[in-house]
Amino acid sequence: MSFDEIYNIALMQGFAGLSLFSVLLLMGLGLAIIFGQMGVINMAHGEFMTIGAYTIYLFSSLTETHAPGLMQLYFPFAILAAFAIAFIFGWLVEWALIRHLYKRPLDTLLATWGLSLGMQQVFRSTFGPKEVSPTLPDWLMGSWSPSEGLDIPINGLFVLVLTLLVTGGVLLALYKSRWGLRVRATVANRPMANATGINTRRTDRLTYAIGCGIAGVAGAAFTTIGSTGPTSGSLYIVDAFLVVTFGGAGSLLGTVASAFGIAQTQSIAEFFLTGSMAKVLTLLLIVTILMIRPQGLVASKIRR
Amino acid sequence: MDAFKNWVARSGMGSVLILALVIMVVFPLTMDIFRLNLVGKYLSYAFVAVGLVMLWGYGGILSLGQGVFFGLGGYMMAMFLKLEASDPITTKIQSTPGIPDFMDWNQLTALPLWWEPFRHLPLALIAVVAVPMILAFIISFAMFKRRVGGVYFAIITQAVALILTVLIVGQQGYTGGVNGITDLRTMLGWDIRDDSAKYILYFANCVLLLAVILLCRWIQMSKLGTLLLAMRDKEDRVRFSGYDVAMFKVFVFVLAAGISAVGGAMFTLQVGFMSPSLVGIVPSIEMVILAAVGGRMSLVGAVYGALLVNAGKTYFSEAAPDLWLFLMAALFIGVVLVFPNGLAGLYESHVKPWLARRKAPKASTQAVEPPAAPLSSPSHKSAPSAPLPGGVQGQSA
Repeated sequence: MSFDEIYNIALMQGFAGLSLFSVLLLMGLGLAIIFGQMGVINMAHGEFMTIGAYTIYLFSSLTETHAPGLMQLYFPFAILAAFAIAFIFGWLVEWALIRHLYKRPLDTLLATWGLSLGMQQVFRSTFGPKEVSPTLPDWLMGSWSPSEGLDIPINGLFVLVLTLLVTGGVLLALYKSRWGLRVRATVANRPMANATGINTRRTDRLTYAIGCGIAGVAGAAFTTIGSTGPTSGSLYIVDAFLVVTFGGAGSLLGTVASAFGIAQTQSIAEFFLTGSMAKVLTLLLIVTILMIRPQGLVASKIRR
Repeated sequence: MDAFKNWVARSGMGSVLILALVIMVVFPLTMDIFRLNLVGKYLSYAFVAVGLVMLWGYGGILSLGQGVFFGLGGYMMAMFLKLEASDPITTKIQSTPGIPDFMDWNQLTALPLWWEPFRHLPLALIAVVAVPMILAFIISFAMFKRRVGGVYFAIITQAVALILTVLIVGQQGYTGGVNGITDLRTMLGWDIRDDSAKYILYFANCVLLLAVILLCRWIQMSKLGTLLLAMRDKEDRVRFSGYDVAMFKVFVFVLAAGISAVGGAMFTLQVGFMSPSLVGIVPSIEMVILAAVGGRMSLVGAVYGALLVNAGKTYFSEAAPDLWLFLMAALFIGVVLVFPNGLAGLYESHVKPWLARRKAPKASTQAVEPPAAPLSSPSHKSAPSAPLPGGVQGQSA
């Protein structure tokens, strides 16, 4: 093997890690807001991602039958729609279920697990038990080869760029907008935030809905990588929670760091071991580190 | 006779006696062996539910990884049975006779060293209980000493469940993979598949379950039980009183793990296989709902919860599979929002006052308190307000 080949393998391996990083981060972002900031254990997070994925599927099949000329264009709009639908649904769920349970985190866990079961059955009844994939526009297919023997898949690049955009957007919103200010005030000290005139209930609802909307975007992005079935959401849930917990709940930067660390560990381990053993090794590592350092990578400075 | 009656009433044993009657007399008399075997399977889940009542209802610790301990117990029982079923004579067509068939399919040529202890029944039985308890100790000691609790503990236990499932599925040469360990036949030459064996195993299961309930009841009524409740409600105050809160939590977690493991072993014996589908996250959370439906504070209620939910699952997944997940969803949400104390709570708040009202006219000469008023409504807020021993016994229906 020449030096060039090794170099290319290293680059592609690095990109595989980056790709996994963007997937994990996108999964974790919505949860970092809902679980990290609000402390709500949303076991239905994966199903909100599935909502986004099915939205893309719906858009692609509608465009295909009614306006085949627009096939190259529908994707960005579908992503916005995925956000909107997941957002609205999240809003409703908060109103109907979550707001009654803020003081009982462990019960929220059970209730949202129930919700996720119900949503899975709705997906199954609506879209059928089989996995579906949307017809993607041509510009998302294939790979980009900047040099000989180096192939970087475009869908991976797309997810990476989208992740960076969403992360940047969330960071900006959380630290520069009025909503972000209200969220941070509510997280830091709820009674005090209430006393200063912040409507914490409204903030909660909006925050939960935004978290769900981001989950929808994540699900939408994942349709470029894999197919969607009624139970795909449940595959993500543990990973998403571990990313947020490992990063240190309450810290968005911690979530970014932990997604990066987990992704690189796993993709490097996958290079040497089988997929399942790499997963076991990574999870074991996370659990061990969390046992030693329960507050996660970046400890929040909030007094609880 | 009166002394006995008083003892039953005082110790809250009445409900245990009724349960014993139901599972050991009524069910065997009214059901054929096929159904009884199914009930036996449900009752093996009831072990986990009883463990969760101690862990979650009393200790306030929610574990989403009880399937790990149930599965480990079951797997270790299955390993012993599998080794007995794969003696060199029955497996002589394999390229390596004398090892389990799935090992042969995966090109293993010798039994792995860690399978060796499972050739001996006493060692296997010890391992069934000891290994899950040791694992539980390691997990919980590390976490509780650092005062990790609540949600984080739940997430970590969930991760452990995922690790074990991925490991079992990934290492199919050593564990049987997705299919699990199947085709189990005899235990020390005794065929566990024929009807008489199924009856014996069912009764053994019942006796073990009742023994476990009595053990837990004894713990609840001791000072330790009161301490557990106190810890659940005001952990800091117990800590400031000088108790080592972490070790009490470790104790109750290890106890629940051991109980679950016994259930797992009984599952393997009665059903005849063990597979990773009983270890993972989904079964682990379903086991929590068994305890929640029965009543998270009631040992006996947990058994009824396990029977009811699993019977419902079996019935609906055949009759109306689409409906089952919706029902399950409604059960999860309902048990949280509408009746947090489960069946036992409903009994306490509705059936008991009604029974008392019916009794009241007869005993009208005695001063009877208005029955409904002092009993707590089944709202969650009332649960922490009943940590006194009197409250404990009130919940034991």
